[in-house]
Amino acid sequence: METVAAVQFKKQSQTKEVWRRFRKSKGAVAGLLMLSVIVFLLVFADFIAPYAQATQQDLAIKLQGPSFGHILGTDAFGRDLFARIVHGGRTSLSIAVLATISSCILGSALGAIAGYFGGKVDSLIMRTLDIFMSIPDILFTMAVVFALGAGFINLLLALTLAYFTNYVRLVRSQVLNLAELDYVEAARAGGSGSTRIIITHILPNAMGVIIVNTTLNVAKIILYESTLSFLGLGMPPPAPEWGLLLADAREYMRVAPYLMFFPAMAIVLCATSVNLIGDGLRDALDPHLKS
Amino acid sequence: MYRYVVKRVLFLIPTILGVVFIILLTMNFTPGDPARALLGESAPQADVDAMNHELGYDLPFTEKYVNYVKNMVVHQDFGVSYFTKQSVFDEVWPRYIVTIKLAFLGVFLAAALGIPLGIYAAVRQYSLWDTIPSLMAFLLAAVPAFVLGMVFLFYFSLKLNWLPSYGMDTWKNYVMPALAISIPPAAMNLRFTKSSMLESIRQDYVRTARAKGASERVVIWKHALKNALLPVITNIGLSLGSLIAGAVVAEKLFSIPGIGSLIVDRISYKDEPVIIAGTILIAICFTIVMLIVDLIYAWIDPRIRAKYARTKG
Repeated sequence: METVAAVQFKKQSQTKEVWRRFRKSKGAVAGLLMLSVIVFLLVFADFIAPYAQATQQDLAIKLQGPSFGHILGTDAFGRDLFARIVHGGRTSLSIAVLATISSCILGSALGAIAGYFGGKVDSLIMRTLDIFMSIPDILFTMAVVFALGAGFINLLLALTLAYFTNYVRLVRSQVLNLAELDYVEAARAGGSGSTRIIITHILPNAMGVIIVNTTLNVAKIILYESTLSFLGLGMPPPAPEWGLLLADAREYMRVAPYLMFFPAMAIVLCATSVNLIGDGLRDALDPHLKS
Repeated sequence: MYRYVVKRVLFLIPTILGVVFIILLTMNFTPGDPARALLGESAPQADVDAMNHELGYDLPFTEKYVNYVKNMVVHQDFGVSYFTKQSVFDEVWPRYIVTIKLAFLGVFLAAALGIPLGIYAAVRQYSLWDTIPSLMAFLLAAVPAFVLGMVFLFYFSLKLNWLPSYGMDTWKNYVMPALAISIPPAAMNLRFTKSSMLESIRQDYVRTARAKGASERVVIWKHALKNALLPVITNIGLSLGSLIAGAVVAEKLFSIPGIGSLIVDRISYKDEPVIIAGTILIAICFTIVMLIVDLIYAWIDPRIRAKYARTKG
């Protein structure tokens, strides 16, 4: 019992230590604040700007610039741009987060298996991965969306298949390093099975690197997802997505440049704040990197 | 070295076969059949079935795969477009060249912009030469290529009227798309070069070089940079993937007749053969670039050279 308490105490202090270092970085804290505001707006989107405002057309008020009634103006169909950005962000951000989690789980599992078992299993996984990586992400995603049709689940699947490869390589190299260490040897001598060793002894120690990579990946997927919806490969209309808002704004660039400016700012702010947090976490989790 | 080159080049074959396999397998999930797409909705079912049989659509997947590879390798035959009813290869090839040109221009610009700035930022760490480019690179890492492209369109075409907004006739047409797609990977190159260079500068061999009295220029350019460039070269190869993604978007944005805009346009027409052929051709180009990067890497890195020299004989 004592040991459990000691482990818990240590875990807590480690988290505290990371948080203490994270807090010291001004950029990381700014990123966290910015992201908190964005997430708050997206979670309470229905109270701040009802979904109807984002989809209901009213041609009488089309292409109006920012005003008190519509703080970011209206688009070519009289829909409130603020409502469209907030509701679009909900879709974009939830797809980005879910796709990051699913690609992390799939990739980490494969990477752990490849790294731990080595030999034939490893070369089978890694050669298949080489083939996967030879198809540029965008083309593979387009092929998946084409074959299965646009929609939330299919988009999630396409993004997962495009991004899991990073994790396989990352986790594999971590496992290769960690599997050599004495405590893994000790666990094996104590009779722990492979699955148990991977899950309770190896993966927790690779967690720091995985967390940093995952955070930075969220930003990449936000940008990537906006690119897909810009190309018309995202969610089916009338769902307002950030990329789609920009694609629509292209026609009205001359008369209503704010239609382009605000969604672009939303993408950039969101991705920047995630990047700031990712960099802060990297410095906080691995003080050796920052010297 | 020779053995490594042969081994690496031979590995191209299973990779390309695997790429074709994955793409055909993905496309196998597409609803509908080729004869219906070619003959139209009103054609009688008997004709459709006969044509599907003729095209080999009713064969099991493995046989379809073998046939596709055979046609592709022996006859450069990628089938017939469902939309234009023309040979897919004839349609895709000229557009393929446009995309490859654009993507390589992007790779070149990304390296030419990112690497020197990265080196300089590392050498002059904490000076304005470091902080300003690094801050820019950090911010640009959060801007997708199509947003940059739109901003360029807005300022340089619409407001200032300096550059044409569409077409591919003169060098001016290339400026905006090439810049739009190369700036995000250039920012990545900058960050990568800087961190690699900073690490290299702190190594013992750099201290040794300084201690033996080598001039600062020799220390930086000969000792530090040579070692710092290795990971940067890998990064350039990998950035081709994001450049192709950028090229697809830039083609759509600037109405460039490349393969990306072709694929995106044909998705709504369900033109499967064009999408398959376009994807395969780009993937083949991509694997060849990765091969070249690996070979350059092996050529520069004495460790890999030594490994293969020793195992010889």
